[in-house]
Amino acid sequence: MSATSADAPEQAPAAAQAVVALDRVHRTFGDQTALDGLSFTVPARSITVLLGPNGAGKTTCTRVITGALGPDAGAVRVFGLDPAVDGPEVRRRIGIVSAKPALYDRLSGLDNLRYAAELYGLGRRDVAARRIEESAERFGIGGALDQQVGGYSTGMKTRLALARSVLHEPDLVLYDEPTSGLDPESSYAVLELIREMTDEGGTVVMCTHLLLEAEGLADQVVMLQDGRSLVQGPPDELVRRYWPEQTVLISAEDPEVLRRLTGESGVHDVRLDGAGPATVVVDDLARIPDLVLALARTGARVTRVEAERHSLEDLYFAVRRSSGDNRIGEVEH
Amino acid sequence: MTLTTDSPADPPAPPPKGQGYPKRPVQRETGRLHWDQIATVARTDLKQLIQAKDFWGPMVGLGAIFFCVVPTILLFSLTSIAGVDAVEQISQTLEVLPSRAQAKIEAATGGDAATPQGQASYALAVFLFAPVAVVVPLTISTAVGAATIVGERERGTGEFLAHSPAGVREIYLGKLLASLIPGYVTTVVGFGIYSLIVNLIVGPEVGGWFFPTEQWWILMAWVVPPFLALTLSLVLRLSARVKSTAAAQQASGLVSLPLIMVAYSQSTGALFGGSRVTWIIGGLAWLLAILGLRRGMRAVSRARLLGVADEQ
Repeated sequence: MSATSADAPEQAPAAAQAVVALDRVHRTFGDQTALDGLSFTVPARSITVLLGPNGAGKTTCTRVITGALGPDAGAVRVFGLDPAVDGPEVRRRIGIVSAKPALYDRLSGLDNLRYAAELYGLGRRDVAARRIEESAERFGIGGALDQQVGGYSTGMKTRLALARSVLHEPDLVLYDEPTSGLDPESSYAVLELIREMTDEGGTVVMCTHLLLEAEGLADQVVMLQDGRSLVQGPPDELVRRYWPEQTVLISAEDPEVLRRLTGESGVHDVRLDGAGPATVVVDDLARIPDLVLALARTGARVTRVEAERHSLEDLYFAVRRSSGDNRIGEVEH
Repeated sequence: MTLTTDSPADPPAPPPKGQGYPKRPVQRETGRLHWDQIATVARTDLKQLIQAKDFWGPMVGLGAIFFCVVPTILLFSLTSIAGVDAVEQISQTLEVLPSRAQAKIEAATGGDAATPQGQASYALAVFLFAPVAVVVPLTISTAVGAATIVGERERGTGEFLAHSPAGVREIYLGKLLASLIPGYVTTVVGFGIYSLIVNLIVGPEVGGWFFPTEQWWILMAWVVPPFLALTLSLVLRLSARVKSTAAAQQASGLVSLPLIMVAYSQSTGALFGGSRVTWIIGGLAWLLAILGLRRGMRAVSRARLLGVADEQ
């Protein structure tokens, strides 16, 4: 059951313009809580990655977005519509690849695509045939369409599922761990194809627990744990928010000379820790050449200069560690 | 350093432990039916069935045994090689038939001029094999229908259907059609072959081609389809609710067996009675089938296709 409009919390103006807007959504399965007050929005023409361990609520989230499952409480809006009310309209505009490819093994690849084309309203004639051909070619599965899907490799099945997901030119595509079970080359190819789709103006929501997949692909990440959002936003921005200081690790044959950097322009702090590299806190990493030049002028022999960059993986584990007891909100560092 | 997340500051408090949220009802889908979606689901299911030779092979065998092999052996034995005693015994058993049926046999076989072989073989051809026309389609369709929805869930393809724009009522009806058609087509084809066999073997004994009789036409076109639809409406409901195909097969056996018995007795009674009785039995069966289908459509939900059926 979806929350009725009377029960639903009011939508923020930004949420009203978003392709997907979840507002304090709860969903339980018996005694298990899958979504626990989850809120986030998905801007148009972006890749949003739902990141979290198994059981975090990623799959339930996609199911709530398509309206396949209704929330217990909270509001869901997709294209400004309530999937529980306007389900067919919402689902017609969504393409999805679920964790299992969900293909009919006894049918050929072509018949699988034809089935989807008909259910998504493309009919059985020229338009459907053209879209099927285009999608299959795009995902490199055109040559195998006559084969029974039961004989496909895992990679071929994933490609077919991807082709099926974009057959009807959806406005939003949902990928639930699309590279699951794929070898590294196939995974890379699939991620490239996803990136291409957003380059062409599509909106993508992708669930994964693989941090490397999310890195570099996501315009926005939503880190989930126990059905809650721990943190969300563009990865670079999140890293900056979590680690607002820009730091450079510098080593020299005589570490003591590094103290001379203290007065340099843009340097906030210099921390020396025994014989190890000095941690130099700067306002901008673009100052690194100036720092090296300044040290050279003093005759210091610099042996190492390394800008400290935090990856999404660092952020993920830092946030999860800090969240402790699954609490969200204030995260102490 | 402090990081404030973007989550709402005060999400609604969860319900007290042990109480949970109020049970949610199944999401009902209303509005007009989309027959194109029903046809698409049915056509695709039938395509898969055609690919499953290991499934339809035995089914065709079943139809062949009931409609061709057994009648041919029995009728041929009676008319050509049976001893006089055996024919006499069968003729005597005809006396237990209702008087209306006995009158039909006499009239059809030429009255007093009829031979015992003619009367006995006519009775067997017209009355003995009547239930076969019910048992075969019910058996085949039940076997197909039991696996249809739970099978989607087991294979993971229920996920595709649950996220698709197809309505759950359309999915239900499409799957029902895809279960009904193999059973009914097997029966119609088998019945055609049976008619040919009966006319070729028994026809010369009773003065020419006589089968199907009027009662048989009504039975096949008016009585058998609703019984089939009624049984399938129950079997598909079970298929939507159980956790495995094996469980669905077991449960549908329990449901369809009494229905097969009812259909058996009704079809036999329809043959023994007049045309009017047959029309009435068929009419009642249609009413029950429509009620069964309406209730059955509510049994399928997207949650059940996904395998997370925790709804009422």
